[in-house]
Amino acid sequence: MCDENTGPLPLTVLTEEEEMFYGMANEFAETEIKPLVEEMDKTSHTDEALLKKLFENGFMALDIPEAYGGAEGSFFMSILAIEAVSKVDAGVGVIVDVQNTLVNNALLRWGNEDQKKKYFPKLAVDLLGAYALSEAGAGSDAFALRCKAEEKSDHYLLNGQKLWITNANEAGLFIIFANVDFSLGYKGITAFLVERDFEGFSVGKKEEKLGIRASSTCELVLENCIVPKENVLGEVGKGYKLAIETLNEGRIGIGAQMLGLAEGALANALSYTGERQQFGKQINEFQGVQFQLARMATDVEIARLIVYNAARLKDAGKIFIKEGAMAKLVAGEVAERVSSQAVDLFGGYGFTKDYPVEKQYRDAKIGQIYEGTSNIQLQTIAKMVIPR
Amino acid sequence: MIDFSLNEEQKALQQMAHEFAEKEMRPRAAEYDKGEAHPDDVIKKAFEVGLISCDIPEEYGGGGLSHLDTVIISEELAWGCVGMYTSIMASSLAFTPIILFGTEEQKKKYLIPFTEKPGLSSFCLTEREAGSDAGAIKTKAEKKGSEYVINGSKCFITNGGVADLYIVFANTRQEKGIRGISAFIVPGGTPGLVIGKKEDKMGHRASNTAELFFEDMKVPAENLLGSEGMGFKIAMRTLDQTRAPVGAGGVGVARAALEHAIEFTKTRVQFGKPIALFQNTSFKLAQMAMEVNAARHLVWHAAWLMDRGEKCGKESAMAKCFGSDVAMRTTVEALQLLGGYGYMKDYPMEKLMRDAKLLQIYEGTNEIQRLVIAREVIGPIK
Repeated sequence: MCDENTGPLPLTVLTEEEEMFYGMANEFAETEIKPLVEEMDKTSHTDEALLKKLFENGFMALDIPEAYGGAEGSFFMSILAIEAVSKVDAGVGVIVDVQNTLVNNALLRWGNEDQKKKYFPKLAVDLLGAYALSEAGAGSDAFALRCKAEEKSDHYLLNGQKLWITNANEAGLFIIFANVDFSLGYKGITAFLVERDFEGFSVGKKEEKLGIRASSTCELVLENCIVPKENVLGEVGKGYKLAIETLNEGRIGIGAQMLGLAEGALANALSYTGERQQFGKQINEFQGVQFQLARMATDVEIARLIVYNAARLKDAGKIFIKEGAMAKLVAGEVAERVSSQAVDLFGGYGFTKDYPVEKQYRDAKIGQIYEGTSNIQLQTIAKMVIPR
Repeated sequence: MIDFSLNEEQKALQQMAHEFAEKEMRPRAAEYDKGEAHPDDVIKKAFEVGLISCDIPEEYGGGGLSHLDTVIISEELAWGCVGMYTSIMASSLAFTPIILFGTEEQKKKYLIPFTEKPGLSSFCLTEREAGSDAGAIKTKAEKKGSEYVINGSKCFITNGGVADLYIVFANTRQEKGIRGISAFIVPGGTPGLVIGKKEDKMGHRASNTAELFFEDMKVPAENLLGSEGMGFKIAMRTLDQTRAPVGAGGVGVARAALEHAIEFTKTRVQFGKPIALFQNTSFKLAQMAMEVNAARHLVWHAAWLMDRGEKCGKESAMAKCFGSDVAMRTTVEALQLLGGYGYMKDYPMEKLMRDAKLLQIYEGTNEIQRLVIAREVIGPIK
């Protein structure tokens, strides 16, 4: 990113490779996703053919090394993909997001060679992954999880329930966090790679929710689920570290999802206010409307800078925990404000399902909730900025 | 002196409306939120206890309630289910032009039936190209002999298709623009009144919103409200009176969200204690409570001015704008306090948040309210 003559490049300037990829992702979103958005939202259903195309076009294996069938791209490429897809449908955005920034990412960083060889070639082609940490009594307080893993001869026996697991309905591989020894507290938490057809594993109730309805959210039920010992991801008792560090990166992805959503809402508002006539002129000729649009565009720019910077820090191998938390916090708030303003600018039309802003507004709220609520981001930031 | 206390009658009304909201509206709210059926059963019960016709004057068989009485009731009904409340409120919106501008005969003929059996009415102003710019309506009324022939269409009409009576705004003199607009009383079932598409909306899904078409719809000349060309004034005067009840709806929605958030944060344990014990949570609840209270006072004040017959355009706009903004902010914050649970349809929060948005849009967007307020506070320049 650094040129000897000119110093560092502006954050928003893309490399040639990034530019090409981003253009391709935008085009994919417009041609392949857009026609399905309304139906998937209405029926709360992930289109199978679309999922297949996401794999075929390489969007689901951006970080996976070439040796295992992936694109071996940068983390920043995942961010661009999530952003581009979320401009059109943030529900599809989270499908791309979880696969790349949580599942593939955790396996890349913590998986052993055998695990990578076994799962990456599938994750690159047609295997959807999910990340299962939350439970009914363990939301923000994630380490209060009650899922239990008992050590047996050559396997672990998992019992418990997981809640709100994104993409669980379509997923074939789950990273599940359970505690091997509650007397150790959070130091008993361990991550397991659980295949959908493992004995004792089942996907429970699918949630009905406000937004991102193209992506499923389900309960998981573990009843004496048998997990071979070779499927422990990372070290026994180090699951808490794996969970936190994966989420540190994952939340930049959610920032990108919210950035894309805000961009999409702004684009819709710009095009509508350029066409809508009231009081004898286009409404974008009114200063009240112009200033709202200017504020929205500024908000989007702020979100883009903070998200891109966090992602570039990660790719550069720098510390990015605070910046990642800030990126998610800001982008989530921006998405909510911008999509709300977009509905306002559409007036009565904005409240109906005939126009896309109604859905974008519903989709935005989750950005402040999942992968660490805004309060948890503030807590992370506070810890990093307040001297001890 | 100023007195903020409710009298015995008002307290009784408040309690009655609250009980109705709790027993009849809330238990059905999630079901009607699906938007598949219209809550006719709830409307019927609301009629039976006097909640539909309460603001119709007593001499026409109504409850004859004051504006203050009405907003007190409105807050409770919106607390129960603001979607159902919208159906009831929109009906009052359509009674208002008759109460304000109708002849004795029109009042008897069209108000009394609503005090005798359950029914809804509908106020039809908005068109595809005339939202905030309501004066730009294109629906046309031509006088032919002893009747008017109306042609055109309306959109986003609350109670469209389920109402027994429609107040239709149409232009009788296109060349005169706003000054050509007239208001007509149109009974449901009038030939040429065609109900179009029912809108699929984000919130308020219990209430019916539809497109209307008028195809050579014939309306007797005696159904003209006021005189020709008075329509815009009728619409504006009506909206001045009905904005405070929208604000009251906002207060009801915000209060419901606040109550859910308080209940949840007191029982939800994370990091070893109820989350209401975290200062960040408690400050948010304090802020929400403060805003709900402020919004209620604006609403009551506007209603009080109306009851005294004083000018209240600015105050009504403030009550509507602030009340609905508070509903939006409070539902967003309250949902956040419920975390993942708040996002799921098993809890009432996501519905409240979806519902809040419309309050900022209908009966004059909040941008239009700010326009009204700005005009009055800035006054003439030079």
